[in-house]
Amino acid sequence: MIKETRLLMGMPITVAVEDRGATQDDLESVYAYFVLVDERFSTYQASSEISRINRGELAPEQYSEEMRTVLALSEQTKRDTHGYFDIMRDGRYDPSGIVKGWAVHNAAQLLEARGFRNFYVDAGGDVQVCGKKDGQLWRIGVRNPFNRKEHVKVLLLTDCGVATSGTAVRGQHIYDPHHPSVRLVDVVSITIIGPDVFEADRFATAAFAMGRKGIQFIEELSGFEGYMIDAQARATYTSGFERYVLRP
Amino acid sequence: MRKLAVSAVIIGVFAFYSLMHGRANPASPSAVLPRPTTGSSGTPTATDAGGVTNPTAASGPVYKNGTYVGNVSDAQWGYVQVKAVIQGGKIANVQWMQYPSDRQRSVEINSYADPQLTTEAIQAQSAQVDIVTGATDSSIAFMESLGNALSQAQA
Repeated sequence: MIKETRLLMGMPITVAVEDRGATQDDLESVYAYFVLVDERFSTYQASSEISRINRGELAPEQYSEEMRTVLALSEQTKRDTHGYFDIMRDGRYDPSGIVKGWAVHNAAQLLEARGFRNFYVDAGGDVQVCGKKDGQLWRIGVRNPFNRKEHVKVLLLTDCGVATSGTAVRGQHIYDPHHPSVRLVDVVSITIIGPDVFEADRFATAAFAMGRKGIQFIEELSGFEGYMIDAQARATYTSGFERYVLRP
Repeated sequence: MRKLAVSAVIIGVFAFYSLMHGRANPASPSAVLPRPTTGSSGTPTATDAGGVTNPTAASGPVYKNGTYVGNVSDAQWGYVQVKAVIQGGKIANVQWMQYPSDRQRSVEINSYADPQLTTEAIQAQSAQVDIVTGATDSSIAFMESLGNALSQAQA
């Protein structure tokens, strides 16, 4: 097994490949991809394409292919979530709510294209798991938001994505677009299991913005399960969630 | 079965707390919440499960005796209402008056999916894991600070 963690895009990104034959070169190609994504989409870098767009320096026809893809996916997600997912705030784009899951998904496809079947890519808690580890399902802990040293559930997963959205994630980038001034504190975190990390991430972001209604939204969504923790340290979970949980 | 009963009591106590906390009625008990009672089997409750920080729990029973009916609270997938019986300054019983599993109510709210949401108090799980999912670090710090503020607010 080859495994490495690097700090990129303002978060730890871990890539681990179980398959024999995986080399440092394979990991480098994945990290090189994340560097490219960061250079294009980081709102913290003045030279990034998204910063140039936000300053009005680029006309829509000058946008890169990747930028068009991300903006289209954001628009689609806004429709899918009744407007709760919105990358536009104060007249500026902040696509971080979709870029992370999208990039992890693409990184996983990159590893797949190199012939690997058993691996995971984890960017700040947004995870794509593929195949198995030593013939066993991957074990993913859901972190206790009140005590980061603990996990409150252990999930057994393969070939799917899992993502968690929480309060004040990296400077409160999650908010309710319908009530932008209201701080989201009642729901502390929501963890979503989806068909892949892109799907899990975008619906985690949107469900979190919905407040207490978010978990019901996930319940009604086919192919997704969710586990929501509120400020009273109660969890509410969807009907199919338990089948992924390791029995204590 | 006992585990179920203990869970129900925990959920009830939490619900009772949030209802009482939420309605800001001067007549309602405004003091700290006693620890949820533990079944004789020693089933861990939210307050003592492997050190899970629970911002709502504290010790010190200072409620006034009597029966208190909480207001109806919208749990989004249904309505919740509980009745609490206080004896000797402690919560002696918590009874459900309305619960989201009430079918008629649920069907009204959600006509195209059968609501099957379950609620529990979070508990630490100690098994080894390969990966952790959670909100990123600044969020954790925020929540730890909020948890601390909440526990102080009850003192």
